[in-house]
Amino acid sequence: MLLAAAEHFVRAPQWTWFILGYFFFAGLSGGGYAVATLLRLAGDPRDEPAARIGFYLSFFALLLCPVLLTVDLGAGWTRFWHMLVNVTPGDQSLSFKYWSPMSVGAWVLFVFGVFAFVSALESFILDRRRDAIARPIGGPVGLLFNIVGTILALFLASYTGVLLSVSNQPVWSDTWTLGGLFLASGLGGAAALIAWLTRYRAEAAFSVDRLHLAGGYFSILELVLFVAFFVTVAAAGSVGRTIPLLPLWALALVGMASALVGARRRGTVQAANGAAVVARAGANTVIIALLVLIGVLALRAAVIFSAQ
Amino acid sequence: MATIKPGESYGFFTDTSVCIGCKACEAACKEWNQLQGDEPAFLADSYDNTGQLDAQNWRHVKFYDKVPDRSASSGNGTAWLMMSDVCKHCKHASCMEVCPTGAIIRTEFDTVFIQQDVCNGCRNCVAACPYSVIGMNQATGTAHKCTMCYDRLQGGMQPACAKACPTQSIQFGPLAELQQAADTRLAALHSQGVTQAQLYGRDDAVYGGLNAFFLLMDKPEAYGLPDASNAVLPSRNNLGGYLAAFATAVVGAIAGVVAFRRRVTG
Repeated sequence: MLLAAAEHFVRAPQWTWFILGYFFFAGLSGGGYAVATLLRLAGDPRDEPAARIGFYLSFFALLLCPVLLTVDLGAGWTRFWHMLVNVTPGDQSLSFKYWSPMSVGAWVLFVFGVFAFVSALESFILDRRRDAIARPIGGPVGLLFNIVGTILALFLASYTGVLLSVSNQPVWSDTWTLGGLFLASGLGGAAALIAWLTRYRAEAAFSVDRLHLAGGYFSILELVLFVAFFVTVAAAGSVGRTIPLLPLWALALVGMASALVGARRRGTVQAANGAAVVARAGANTVIIALLVLIGVLALRAAVIFSAQ
Repeated sequence: MATIKPGESYGFFTDTSVCIGCKACEAACKEWNQLQGDEPAFLADSYDNTGQLDAQNWRHVKFYDKVPDRSASSGNGTAWLMMSDVCKHCKHASCMEVCPTGAIIRTEFDTVFIQQDVCNGCRNCVAACPYSVIGMNQATGTAHKCTMCYDRLQGGMQPACAKACPTQSIQFGPLAELQQAADTRLAALHSQGVTQAQLYGRDDAVYGGLNAFFLLMDKPEAYGLPDASNAVLPSRNNLGGYLAAFATAVVGAIAGVVAFRRRVTG
């Protein structure tokens, strides 16, 4: 059954390019942490170098997020903390509104920062002490730490889409798919970027095929949600607003298709010191990663600007 | 008007049937609230060069040209609809719902007010307001809209726009009294055969009721107002959005496990 066409009289949200940057890096940061944890917990011990790349990616992408968010604020950096603390005279308290994704997202960004930093620091320590086998945060505590961090990471990568939906803007509020769409896209982008970065770390080459395969699965998920997005927006009568952004939607689709092509890739084995080792990621991996990342950015731009 | 008392609900009743489009409300609002106004522009849209409500225009007289393309018989034209638009001070306010900082509050007069020293300019309220009321003030970097002259109410004075309106199209007072006056006016119009007249925001069908409600001479959509079926709060999408994200997270995690557990020899 089609929904009745929604009528919107709301003003364009006046959001800037900084928000696009934030959505992009939040997706990569959250996706990077989740992929890294999955590699560490579900993968082979030989996936650990690639997992550490994921934790580094998550942390460094996250560093940009508060900068972009703060620059975007109309009132400047001096009031970013108002997201966390209500400074209303006579009513000072922590500000947490579970029904406002922006409020919850600000808190998750803050708390996830601790997890991303600790996991990146742990990876750095492990990389510096190659002789050490045990993780600084090992055992059940380490497991729990990574799982909680991953839950926060998945939230960070997805809430930006929910935030758009929780408005009265055309397109954004006409669909329930954006949170899932941004999450699938963030996971796919992170998997592609980690695969690319394995070029600079020989021992991580083992994971390239597996990252491409995961990227392919994520892109199938993204494609399903992409179709659901257009079905819901068309049912609400807002699909016309998406048409001027056709090139961006096409780029997003190219990104998804690239990930699917990459999933069919099989790594080559080469001889090294008398043993067979997996060859490092080649130029194909770089091209695929670039197209996937452009698709991740284009998808967010298309969604954001379809309401502007 | 009786004394203005904190703890009581106040509002506007705007009767568009007697609005003459003089814009005295716009001028009085700007004068009292020291709003500079936007750069003058010729919009070539009826007699309206204000264009919209925003950070510099907290009252806006809308002109809707209903002059038919073909000449109508004498006395048969509906010609113009005019309406002094303003923040509706909704009972269930979308802006207040999404504001992450707590900057948007209900005052002791039951009006919706943006605290300028708390707002950090995130623009979430701009994206949420279904009436396109809130705008960003470029000088302060914060969100601005009608305060229902909060400072005047605290001083026991009615808002500047209502004071200036020469036809009493804008009436200010305790909400219960305004609602009673609106019911009386609507009954009078209907008895005169003006059956298209209707109240908008008088009851709780639209955002739980509006403290600034209207008597309209056409459907709400004709004035750029969402009808009851389209008057929805942003939070309606929380559940669906989070459920989709959760399902994606579960499927994504399973996909990752399947991909990374693939047996590799060597």
